[in-house]
Amino acid sequence: MTTGRAWRWGLAAVPLAFAAVFYAWPVVAILGRGFAPEGVLDLTPVLDVLGSPRLRGVAWFTLWQALVSTALTFVVAAPITWLLSRYQFRGRSLAEAAVAVPFVLPTTVVATAFLVLLGPGGPLGLDLVGSVWAILLAHVFFNVAVVVRVVGGLLAQLDGHLVHAARVLGAGPWTAFRRVTLPLLQPALWSAAAIVFLFTFTSLGVVLILGGTRIATLELEVLRLTRDLLDLSGAAALAVLQLVGVVVALVVSARLQERLAVQQSLVVGGASRRALVGRGPRSLAVGCLLLGGVLWGLPLSALVRRALVDGDGGWTLAWFRGLAGRARGGPLAVAPLEAVATTVRVGVVATLLALLVGGIAAWLVASSRGRAGLGLDALLMLPLGTSAATLGFGFLIALDTPPLDLRSSPALVPIAHALVATPFVVRTLVPVLRSVQSSLRQAARVLGARPWQVVAHVDLPLVLRPLGVAAAFAFAVSAGEFGATIFIARADVTTVPVAIVRLLGQPGLASSATAAALAVVLLVLVGTVVALGERLRGDEQATL
Amino acid sequence: MSLRLEGVSVERGGVRVVVDVTLDVAAGASLAVLGPSGAGKSSLLLAAAGLVPSAAGRVLVAGRDVAGVPPERRGVGLMFQEFALFPHLDVAANVGFGPRMHGVARDERAALAERLLSRVGLAGLGARDVGTLSGGQRQRVALARALATDPAVLLLDEPLGALDRQLREELLDELRQLLGTGGPAVVAVTHDRDEAFTFGERVAVLREGGLAQLDTPARLWTAPADAWVAGFLGHPNVLDVAGAAALGVGGQRGPVLVPVEALRVDPAGTLAGRVLDTAWRSGHVRVRVDVDGTVLELDVAPDRAPAVGDRVPLLLDPGRVRAL
Repeated sequence: MTTGRAWRWGLAAVPLAFAAVFYAWPVVAILGRGFAPEGVLDLTPVLDVLGSPRLRGVAWFTLWQALVSTALTFVVAAPITWLLSRYQFRGRSLAEAAVAVPFVLPTTVVATAFLVLLGPGGPLGLDLVGSVWAILLAHVFFNVAVVVRVVGGLLAQLDGHLVHAARVLGAGPWTAFRRVTLPLLQPALWSAAAIVFLFTFTSLGVVLILGGTRIATLELEVLRLTRDLLDLSGAAALAVLQLVGVVVALVVSARLQERLAVQQSLVVGGASRRALVGRGPRSLAVGCLLLGGVLWGLPLSALVRRALVDGDGGWTLAWFRGLAGRARGGPLAVAPLEAVATTVRVGVVATLLALLVGGIAAWLVASSRGRAGLGLDALLMLPLGTSAATLGFGFLIALDTPPLDLRSSPALVPIAHALVATPFVVRTLVPVLRSVQSSLRQAARVLGARPWQVVAHVDLPLVLRPLGVAAAFAFAVSAGEFGATIFIARADVTTVPVAIVRLLGQPGLASSATAAALAVVLLVLVGTVVALGERLRGDEQATL
Repeated sequence: MSLRLEGVSVERGGVRVVVDVTLDVAAGASLAVLGPSGAGKSSLLLAAAGLVPSAAGRVLVAGRDVAGVPPERRGVGLMFQEFALFPHLDVAANVGFGPRMHGVARDERAALAERLLSRVGLAGLGARDVGTLSGGQRQRVALARALATDPAVLLLDEPLGALDRQLREELLDELRQLLGTGGPAVVAVTHDRDEAFTFGERVAVLREGGLAQLDTPARLWTAPADAWVAGFLGHPNVLDVAGAAALGVGGQRGPVLVPVEALRVDPAGTLAGRVLDTAWRSGHVRVRVDVDGTVLELDVAPDRAPAVGDRVPLLLDPGRVRAL
């Protein structure tokens, strides 16, 4: 018993040390810069920030665009969620996978696609870049997947008998939905809303690319203050303000979920799916197809077209061929294709790191019943709720002095990516590990397996596939990460998202088409890895 | 190859769920542990297997005190309630898991698995995925897996609880024959008294973690230790002092048990009562009769069942009546 406990603490040291050095310490450093720039408590920079009408405007804009984005996402996601979790039709699982893809696409890729679609000279003849509309649409593009996954996941597993009981007791279909289904869905609804709010509240790549010169969010302002104006105290103060917003959102959502959660037995395939017959369901399906085509199909096809069309409107592969060469006088120090190699290299290292830290953490969380497990879980979730700019900015000011002078270390970017990817790994593995019934482990023990043999012969084989899913996800997160990378990457560690943003900063067709070509390459890379991961997920559901 | 528990107590979450239980089972013998849910039955098994620590007492397997011995070295087999088959392994690998952990070579394991599977009537199913098995087949695989390590003691947690009734009766007979004589000491936990009485040569009745009575099925039925045991075993006629006096069956101090088989409808009977209701059981009809304010239940042959409201004469066999 005591050796077991010592083991656990030893293992726990890995994720704890990781979170302490690379998350807690940088955040503390930001707080220090914000509240005590000279080593003593000094609220002037924070008060300056709060007093500046421009920054107040930025804060207000950040808040309301996040709220509107969240509301719009739910409006678009509602019919799609209902269709996918209530009806059975050919191609349903394909549609489900297709809906999930946008969420893992790199923000810079999607923002580039919307820039091409809605920018001046785009195929629609609109110019919405620099308006809030482009930003809202891009936010909806990503986050519909969150609502479909979180809410649809629960909706598909609600005990179908509950609605039947309500119907038999005299409730019409709408009343049954409002009085039974909706209340049971509330925890999922709030949880999805919190996630979407956080993502849009801390959105950086989208705002940077689509916001033009006038629009800024807190996240973008932190970047500008740091890089362009070198105002570290002001940036720290803003980051603190943003951190407060994030924590408030997380706490409110956790409270709501706790209050609304009910003990309910979920049934896999609990609500039997109906066939798509009748006019209503069929028009729902057609409507969803059109919605998806406009929301996801238009921007992505505009992106691909821009990468394949020359200045005169003829088809060409020149932009892709050009990726191998280094443009003279261009914004990149290296050939664009080098950036792809860097992204892959960084992605592999970050994935391994996230699997190691997240795997150990998930095992500890799943196998401990007490508060300790919950605490570790929450600690490793924090980076997910912390904005990328805060993480990157924290790295910048915390890890540049001995004993931890990592600023010139090539490990810094993969470490930052692993920090962002670890929560996804933990989230993927914990439910699987928890679902390994304790009786399976007990059975193995009684049959002669020592504790480590139980892990090797029972736990590990059962999580092998989910581990693959988590790896694909971690890689996708790393390949698309932009916010933290832009703060800490040195010129020779140019990842694809950073290269895209630098190219888009240059005027002219050549750089925009090169950015589009690079975005298509990243799209294919991430899409392939995630598709492989989704295949693993599908097989696993078939056998377990 | 025997199991002995001496004054074993188990605590879970700070609550004593097993209190000072002493029992023993000889090699080849079978004991059923019977109790309502929450009586501590499963905890008792887990403690015997070493999967939860016992707060007090000793566990002896084949005469050896196994305090501090981890579950994998106790020589105990355990069959779980929902069988706990490994979903990532096929049938043969599930059966061969224990031998594998004990370092048995691959070929030998395969042969052993095949032999055990044919013993439980599943010959040739070794390569099947456990997810494709029926409930009865899963139960047999779980049994074969538990027997594969040749345990000194075999513990069965609700061995038939997950199965439907007809299957249960079939498998119960098979289980009894399979385990037969000369095998391990077998302890089966169940909440079903028919299962316990069919399975166990002796039955231990557990109440709120403590041992209420331990005896053969026949003596448990005819001489339950107290009114609670009598009621739990399914005796309907446990009379209080006043009720017993009204019928003239004595018992000045405590309640009195009138087993259903002590009563029959007979013109020679000295008692008479009015039929309150009748209920079909398999093979007989249970009749409730009001005898001067005391309600008695008895069984009659289906073709002799009286109608509700009839007045019937009752003969009471005083030799079967028992003061509790």
